[in-house]
Amino acid sequence: MIQLNNIHKSYNLKTNPLHVLKGINLSIEEGEMVAIMGASGSGKSTLLNILGMLDEADSGTYTLDDTPIVQLSETKAAQYRNKFLGFVFQSFNLISYKTALENVSLPLYYQKIPRKERLIKAKENLDKVGLGERIDHVPSELSGGEKQRVAIARALASEPKVLLADEPTGALDTKTSYDLMALIQEINEQGKTMVVITHEHDIANMCKRIVHLRDGVIVEDKKIKQVKAKDHVE
Amino acid sequence: MFKILFDRDTWQEIFGSIQKNRLRTIVTVVGVLWGIFIFITLSGAAKGLDNGFDRQFQNVAINSMFLWAQTTSIPYNGFKTGRSLQLKLEDAQFLNNRIAELQYIAPRNAIGVFGSSAPSVVRNNKGGNYSIYGDYPIFTKIATKYIYDGGRFINQADIDQVRKVCVIGERTQSELFEEDENPIGDYIRISGVYFQVIGVHKFVPGGGFESDSDIFIPFTTFRNLYNTGDNVSWFALAAYDDADILSVEEDVKNAMRVKYNVHPKDERAFGSFNLGEIFNRVIGFSKGMNLLSLVVGIATILAGIIGIGNILLISVRERTKELGIRRALGATPNEVRSQIILESIFLSVSSGIMGIVLGSFVLAIINALTANNSTFPYTNPTVPLTYVAGALLLMVTLGTLIGLIPAQRAVSVKPIDALREE
Repeated sequence: MIQLNNIHKSYNLKTNPLHVLKGINLSIEEGEMVAIMGASGSGKSTLLNILGMLDEADSGTYTLDDTPIVQLSETKAAQYRNKFLGFVFQSFNLISYKTALENVSLPLYYQKIPRKERLIKAKENLDKVGLGERIDHVPSELSGGEKQRVAIARALASEPKVLLADEPTGALDTKTSYDLMALIQEINEQGKTMVVITHEHDIANMCKRIVHLRDGVIVEDKKIKQVKAKDHVE
Repeated sequence: MFKILFDRDTWQEIFGSIQKNRLRTIVTVVGVLWGIFIFITLSGAAKGLDNGFDRQFQNVAINSMFLWAQTTSIPYNGFKTGRSLQLKLEDAQFLNNRIAELQYIAPRNAIGVFGSSAPSVVRNNKGGNYSIYGDYPIFTKIATKYIYDGGRFINQADIDQVRKVCVIGERTQSELFEEDENPIGDYIRISGVYFQVIGVHKFVPGGGFESDSDIFIPFTTFRNLYNTGDNVSWFALAAYDDADILSVEEDVKNAMRVKYNVHPKDERAFGSFNLGEIFNRVIGFSKGMNLLSLVVGIATILAGIIGIGNILLISVRERTKELGIRRALGATPNEVRSQIILESIFLSVSSGIMGIVLGSFVLAIINALTANNSTFPYTNPTVPLTYVAGALLLMVTLGTLIGLIPAQRAVSVKPIDALREE
């Protein structure tokens, strides 16, 4: 599903260039659930941004679902993001003046899906994350866990190939985190490829594979025995 | 592009973001509303003034002029310079014979205007000083005199029989008579002589020096009363409608110069006042007002639109994150751009329409207030539809152009930077 080959990325700061990614080689198969771990500054966010086509690598190749991701114009990148990727952010990034339903239907709007169909799909996805009853609430009326569920529903709505989650549980307490991870695992079980960025070991252990980054290189890449989040939720 | 315009979702997006920031929206709207309001009110007022002038001039023959005598400024034919000239009654016939374009010639005498002191007019224990005019009935052909019901202007019989009758002004009436008295048929004393009042004229301002207290008496009576002989203070002359009053004016003065042995180039010997010229000047003035209102209005609209651009710039800044989210979710730069531009256009146009409505409302109020005031040169203030359409077109165009700036700003931020912003 995802092939990264010798990805380099550096940022030109005022004094000296900062080499963030120093040759990343990574291959992720369909249906995998990969945790990317690393201390802050290890380059994990940069890697996610490159995966999410929000940023471009200086060198190396990136192939997503057999589509080479090179030299994208902003418009093309936006279309690919819409088609291939779903984003879940640490700070939820919901649009504050839109209801849960409208937030979820937004990516479908950009796919030019007719309104009726869009709302049905959005509703389905909210049902899927267990928020079928709260579709008319704006984000400020939802708890942190609920907001993140809406964000997940939104990420799933466009039926992406890969779900990219950047510290999805970073702003949530442990119990809510596990609830959410249970949901993410469930979605993964249905076949969706997942990339989760986290620095929490317990969250990482709930994935199927852990990639460790340090100073811009992969220092460890291992498959693990997945811990079921459901077992930790009463 | 047109598909976007008629898409319900587009408007939902726009309304969503507009509603999100009510205060900002209101402030913006007020800016443009004010601009177009000024534009509509000003150009309507200019038009009203225009109509008002038109109405005032309808009482006076536009093709008319006044002629009076002054002193010579060039020695000629043995006469020294500085010779005083005096118009005579016979000049009327002379001019009539010499100049074919003249339709009416009305000799007039007056006392109490141009520096001479106004004679005292007394009735019972009330009195005042008013200008007295000695007139022929033909004068009304040149300047319409409205006489209140029950009265009349001087007629030929008054002239022939040298009757002691007078037409008084509205103010004269109010100053000499009680409110419930009917002045018609009553007597007033002018310079010690009793005159019967035959009419009250309604004052109509017409670019002259007359006022609402003038008293008109027959020319012949005036002559006897003030011992003016065949002297004439000035002539009121009207040319036929198709005549060029400017050339008629020159012809008249040339003829008079010949008659009075005045040097042909002596410009000061005879004075004249050309209503046609004044009329053109007033028209020019109202045209200038029109232009001014157009310029001021457009400038104000411009200021309002720039305000919209400014506020959208701020709002784009505030919404950097939201726009970043949208782009992460698959909004192309063009979609973001057209949303901002449409917001700008929508704000401009809707506030523009409100301004037009408000402006028309104010014009209607002014119209209602001035409707019964005949002295105020202001009638039926309207704004030509082309102006309104033009203003709206201007708003759409400028709204688009000014929207381009924040729109470009919105897409110039990379989505990643936009998302990072907390």
